[in-house]
Amino acid sequence: MYKLWATLVKDFRVLWRDGVGLALMFVMPITLVVVITDIQNSTFQLINKNKLPILLCNRDTGASGGQLVEAIEKIGMFSVVQLPQNQDEKTIGDSLRKKDALMSVVIPADFTRKVSAKSKNTAGKALTSFGLQADSSAQKDLGEIDPLTLYYNPVLQESLRLSVKGALQSALQLVESRQTLRTLYFDINEKPLPADLEGQMLNNKARINDIAVSINGSTKPPNAAQHNVPAWTIFAMFFIIMSLGGSVVREKESGSLIRLKTLPTSYLVGMLSKQITYIIVTFIQAAVIFSLGIWLFPHINLPGLELPHDLFGLFIVTLLTGWCAVSFAICVGAFSETHQQNNGFGAIAIVILAAIGGLMVPTFSMDTSLKAIANFSPMHWCLEAYYGLFLQNGTLSDVVSYLIPLVLITLAFQLLALWGLRRKNLI
Amino acid sequence: MVDDVLAINIENLGFHYPGNDGVTFSGLNLKVKMGQRFGLFGPNGAGKTTLLSLMTGLIGPLEGKVELLGLNVAKHNNEVNRLFGFVPQDFSFYQELSPVENLAFFGAWAGLNRHQIKTKTDELLHILGLDGVRNKQVGKFSGGMKRRVNLAIGVIHNPQILILDEPTVGVDVQTRHAIISYLHELNKNGTTLIYTSHQLSEAEGLCEEVALIDSGEIIAQNDLEALLIEHKKESLEGLFLELTGKEYRNDV
Repeated sequence: MYKLWATLVKDFRVLWRDGVGLALMFVMPITLVVVITDIQNSTFQLINKNKLPILLCNRDTGASGGQLVEAIEKIGMFSVVQLPQNQDEKTIGDSLRKKDALMSVVIPADFTRKVSAKSKNTAGKALTSFGLQADSSAQKDLGEIDPLTLYYNPVLQESLRLSVKGALQSALQLVESRQTLRTLYFDINEKPLPADLEGQMLNNKARINDIAVSINGSTKPPNAAQHNVPAWTIFAMFFIIMSLGGSVVREKESGSLIRLKTLPTSYLVGMLSKQITYIIVTFIQAAVIFSLGIWLFPHINLPGLELPHDLFGLFIVTLLTGWCAVSFAICVGAFSETHQQNNGFGAIAIVILAAIGGLMVPTFSMDTSLKAIANFSPMHWCLEAYYGLFLQNGTLSDVVSYLIPLVLITLAFQLLALWGLRRKNLI
Repeated sequence: MVDDVLAINIENLGFHYPGNDGVTFSGLNLKVKMGQRFGLFGPNGAGKTTLLSLMTGLIGPLEGKVELLGLNVAKHNNEVNRLFGFVPQDFSFYQELSPVENLAFFGAWAGLNRHQIKTKTDELLHILGLDGVRNKQVGKFSGGMKRRVNLAIGVIHNPQILILDEPTVGVDVQTRHAIISYLHELNKNGTTLIYTSHQLSEAEGLCEEVALIDSGEIIAQNDLEALLIEHKKESLEGLFLELTGKEYRNDV
């Protein structure tokens, strides 16, 4: 027991004096958690607070163009900057390149005329199908309405562009429907559609009620902190590879492992000590990051983190995540010949494991083959278990199915590390 | 007991690295008596370090046996590890720790308790002139100071056999003198010394018996004086050059 204690003291002393390693394990991941949560939160709050600037050039002089501008403003996700009617495309392009805004919408010049013609045609067809006589003054079909043009800076992410496009499509639909409705009403009743009726017909849409489905029946919607803090805490834990893997490489390089082999103590004591030391480190990392989420985030305009109800479950998931991160670091350290190999491979491996594990892009949006590969990333199972607790308000028993593969992967890392060290006759 | 049991007894040793990469031993025999100061010398790549690794159980023989104090190294590794101390050529300790912290850790692994470690640490740091820097990080020490820390770790558990792989390489005259004096002191108290070095003049002053090894074979072994008389040489260096040649040796 004294041997283990002496080894633990040694490992903590070595760690404490590794300033760069400590900075990598704490400062970088904490910065990452704050930055990513802030970015994600901005996306979450796009509609409510941080409106997306959009340049709007209405070349149409009729009523429909104005209605479309009004409908776009009413969507609520844009901060609309109206451009002069005759603004040329080059100037619009320059504004986008200068990032005055990332998108610009141009309403074509004959928008009202074509919307009006299309609505009269549609109304005429409708009346005919009702068995009524259509308005003889109906204009002949002028063809499709010229499309709205959406200019965008290529830095704009495709997902955001598609959602903007969807919102514009819905504004356009509203303008066309209103015009068709008005025409139809006038053709039947020979008087304009009353404003209140129009309002009722167009605005009384069925609402969408979104409910978060959690395991314990709570319907509280998760926020950006609930999503990001657990994910990037896992990432932070795996970052110990720089310090722990480096420490294994240093022991090999200095010949300390060889010397230890000539002493009457099993190296398993050394392995156990390293694991205990760094599992404690991962707990401190998790505690620091969770604390920031709970107490710091609300002071910097970020949503606060709420811990899961099952704190024992949280302890076990954190313990197993830390153990897996430690095992991975020892494994990489065992196979690396130099610090450069350990740090280079370690850093890249963590990013790859995070990417395929769903920390950056959710696994449900991946294609089938990537989903299958995700199962081999320990971070995937860590994330599923944390999400089960943080987002779905589950308990330990709800996430056990994620912890079993995590433990199996951890044991594989342990065996691989032992094999690697034995193969080189180091233990 | 001292006369009956050999410190080192190697019989009919056969060994080669996987793929026959490096030195090969075949039918090698070597005996070192208890209490001797024994020097093992040879050019680069001759097999000195491999032979020391076989003595310390870091690698196992493919044929024959290696015994330390009558115990087969391959079969009784844990018991054997209590009997000898090893001072490798590299600074095989933790540069982030102080001498006291290094000795506390390696002492515990050598099987000592807290009290034994404290007593022995105070004694060793005093003898080796490291008292004034006992709590300073070893990484900031000079090469000579690090050599002394390396030696202190090797002897913290009072080993009966001390195996030293070039313990004075790269140190100044004062440190060399201090280390050699301390080794004499240890030997007077009964510790058998197995020593390798390229510092042959230093070895002449330390070793009673020497063995010259080349290409995995012991090419000469005897009392140093007897060997010099036998080969009509005045120094170990002259004897070494006569028996191993003057060509460059590359050990990759």
